[in-house]
Formats: sequence, C-alpha cells, structure tokens
Amino acid sequence: MKRGAILAGLAALTVFVLIWKAVVIVSGFPPFILPPPEAVAGRLVQAWTTGTIEPHAAATLLEIGLGFLVGTLLALPVGYGLARSAIIARLVSPYIVAAQATPILALAPVLVLWFGPGLLGKVVICALIVFFPIAVSAMVGLRSVDAGLLELGRSLRATRRQVLLTLEIPAALPSIFGGLRIGITLAVVGAIVSEWAGAERGLGVLVNLARGSLFDTPLMFATLVTIAGIGIVLYLIVVLVERRLVGQR
Amino acid sequence: MTVVAAAGRVELEGIDVRFERAAAQDTVALQGLDLRVGAGEIVSVIGPNGCGKSTMLRVIAGLIAPSQGTATLDERPIEGPNRRIGLVFQEPRLLPWRTVAANVAYPAELAGIPEPARDARVTALLGRVGLLDAAGLVPSQLSGGMRQRAALARALALEPDVLLLDEPFSALDAMTRERFNVELLALWGRLRTTIVVVTHSISEAIFLGDRVAVLSARPGHLVADITVPLERPRTLDMLDEAAATSTAREVRRHLAAAEAGDET
Repeated sequence: MKRGAILAGLAALTVFVLIWKAVVIVSGFPPFILPPPEAVAGRLVQAWTTGTIEPHAAATLLEIGLGFLVGTLLALPVGYGLARSAIIARLVSPYIVAAQATPILALAPVLVLWFGPGLLGKVVICALIVFFPIAVSAMVGLRSVDAGLLELGRSLRATRRQVLLTLEIPAALPSIFGGLRIGITLAVVGAIVSEWAGAERGLGVLVNLARGSLFDTPLMFATLVTIAGIGIVLYLIVVLVERRLVGQR
Repeated sequence: MTVVAAAGRVELEGIDVRFERAAAQDTVALQGLDLRVGAGEIVSVIGPNGCGKSTMLRVIAGLIAPSQGTATLDERPIEGPNRRIGLVFQEPRLLPWRTVAANVAYPAELAGIPEPARDARVTALLGRVGLLDAAGLVPSQLSGGMRQRAALARALALEPDVLLLDEPFSALDAMTRERFNVELLALWGRLRTTIVVVTHSISEAIFLGDRVAVLSARPGHLVADITVPLERPRTLDMLDEAAATSTAREVRRHLAAAEAGDET
C-alpha cells in the first residue's frame, strides 16, 4: 500500500477522534451516553487483553469469512449464467431481485428459525447478503468482454473453456472485484444482523450485552470499533488481492 | 530455409454473403465475388467504404460462412477458422491484461504448444517485428504503431501460410505507415506467406501488392484485377515511377466508377 494512502487514513482517524473529543467536552454528555475516546481506547485494550472481546470477534469473523466465501462461490457461477443466457437471466432475475429487495433485517429472524441459531444460519444470512452485488458485478463484467477479442478467440479456434479462462474472466475481473468490495462490507453487516436475530456469541451479541445487562457503554463502543476495524481490514485485503490479480492495464 | 512456398493458395468463387436482419430486408454484403490469390502472392484489396472488404477477409478467415459460393484454401473448402491463416484486424485487439510477449504467445498457448517451444517462437517473432525491448510491457504502455506490430507478430505466431490484413495501418500516421509497409515487405521476403491486405490507400495497395483487386460498392464483387508492374524488392521511390503512377490512375478510375455504382 502507498504511504500516501496510509497517511490519509491516519489523518482521517485523527480528525475523527478530535471531533469526538470536542463533542464530549462541549456537550457535556455523561460517559454512559458518549464516553470520551481515551476511555473507549482503554476499554478496548483491556477487553482484548482480558479476553472479553476475542471469542466474540472470532465467532463473527468465522461467520463473515464462511458467509462471504459461500456467497461468492454461489454468485460467480450464477453471474456467469446470467451473462451467458437470456433465458436464465429472465427466469432467475425475479428471485434474485426479490431476495435483495426484502430487507435482510426482516429476513434474518425467518432464516434463523429455519437454519437454527448456530453457525449455519449465520452463514446463510451472510451468503445471501453478499450474493447480489457479486452476481450482478460478475454478470456485468462477463458481458463487458470486447466483441473484437471474442472474434480473435474464434479466429484462433479457442474452445469454450479457453474463451472463459483467457478472455471472459480476465475481462470481468475488475468488475467482479467491484462486487467483492461491496460484498465484503455487506458480509460484516450480515454477520451482525444475524447475531441480533439470535446467537450466543459474536460481536453483535456483545454490543447487546454491553448495552443491556452489563451496562458498559465504553465496552459497547470498543466493540463497535472492533467491528469497524474488522470491516476495514477485510476490505483492504480484498483491495490487495485485486491489485495483485488485476494489476496494471 | 529454402522451402518454396507451395501452400497458401486462396480461391473465392461466386461468393455471396447475406446478413439476415430482423427488419424488412437482408443486407447483401458480397454478391458473386471471385478472387484468386496464388501461394506466396500479395494481393491488395481496395474498394469504396462499406463494400464488404472486411467481410471478404472474414470469409477467407472462416469467420463468416458465405451464403453461396465456395472458398478454398489449397483446394480444400474453408469450413471454419484455420490455424494456417493469420489475421491482423484493423485495431490491434491485444489482451490488455497481458504483456506483449504473452499476447504474442496467445495463439500458441491456445493451440497447446508447450511452453519452451512457445517462448523460443515468441522471442524470434518479437525480434522480427522489432519489439524485443517491449516484451514485458502491457499494451497501454505502447504506441499505436507498436501495438500493431505486436498484433502482426501474434498473427504470425502459428507460422501461417496465409496472412490477412484488414486495414492494419489505417490508424497510424503516414510516416509510420510507410515504414511499416517497408518492414512488412521485408518480412514477406523471408516468410513468403500469401498476403491479402485490405486498404484504403491506392499508393499502399500498389506498393504492397503483386495485384490490386478493386471491389464494387455494396454488394461487393470484383470489378478490376490489376497487375502491378513493379519489381521486387520494392522501395518507396518506385511509387514515383511511371509504371506506378499509371497503375494508380487505372485503380483510381475503377474506384471512381465503383463508387458511382457504374461498372465499366
């Protein structure tokens, strides 16, 4: 990653913390409404070192990772089908759009009811929420292959498989990664929402615990910071993989 | 090598190409086109805009099946794309995500030629078109002329007997274009591939071709087949010779008639 990008990130963080601190001072909110940044930072370090956050973070990370993986693995072939065949596109699109149009928040309780409060239900919810942007971006990307390149492939007697591997997929990669970037951030949303709909562990559960029975507002904020951190790091990983695979064009 | 080029004879006979349209009328691109190109010969094809020159190349390349008539390569009917025919399009059509070397290697890769043999061939080809130093660059880092050189190297990758060029230099400036044509002839001097080159430029057609085939306006067919009375190896100066200028006049006369839609 470029130094400029890192510096910009640090600058953004500094500005955010300064404004936060200023709001605390000016408004005079009590710490259980808005704890000052240093209190949250202290609680964050403490919660990690004493093992309060770790098991929850691990559970959430596993849900995000599996859900994102399953959703991606399902979305890519569907995107291919949508791009290749107008019939498939016409038959499948209504379901995909309907699934996407129904808010995941409303759907999550039903899915937990069906798939249980364990890992399976979480993975289903995460996979469902990442499915749409990735399938659509794969479809758009695969359709974007230059007709001239396809004709070149035909003149060289490229097989269906060779066309897919050497022309369609490379041409679709930038678009697919656009979908993956959106997908990975949505996977975080999916995991938290699924935990709210019923779970024993996870950062979404911890937010509720901190707000409710523990009445520990700094811990709630520390959990939020952890969730945001996970989202940012995962997003950056996708960007790094993208740089490696898409490279310079 | 002292191989006499015996392969690469292209014959088109009574070719019709009709594109079906949903609307009222089909488009007839070619009608009754005859063209014979001997092995190792260079034929320039010239004609009014939209007369079906590119369609004709695609018939030879096996990308378009004629609605009527026969197209043969060395007596065998052309039934689809053939690795003995190399094609250079109007645009370079390089894979933007591949380096120049990987682009030139592409046909050999699709043909399943093992990597060591492929690499040796790519190096030789890049040397031939003067792109050895650019082997590791991607297309966006190249000039237009370099891209078209890479496309030419790629078309030669499978050692074709026939090279089809579809206005390959039309996007280049006049100077680059002349140099390119000289280099193309030098390359031909060594490879002796049959070349069919579609062009818009009369001087280019005469400089490159053993013959200049003039097509009519759509639906295209052959209206004149003019032998170019210039010796080989050719130099650009020859274009100023009387033989060249009178050939140019003849080509121009047929072209003007073809454009006017009157066929004499």
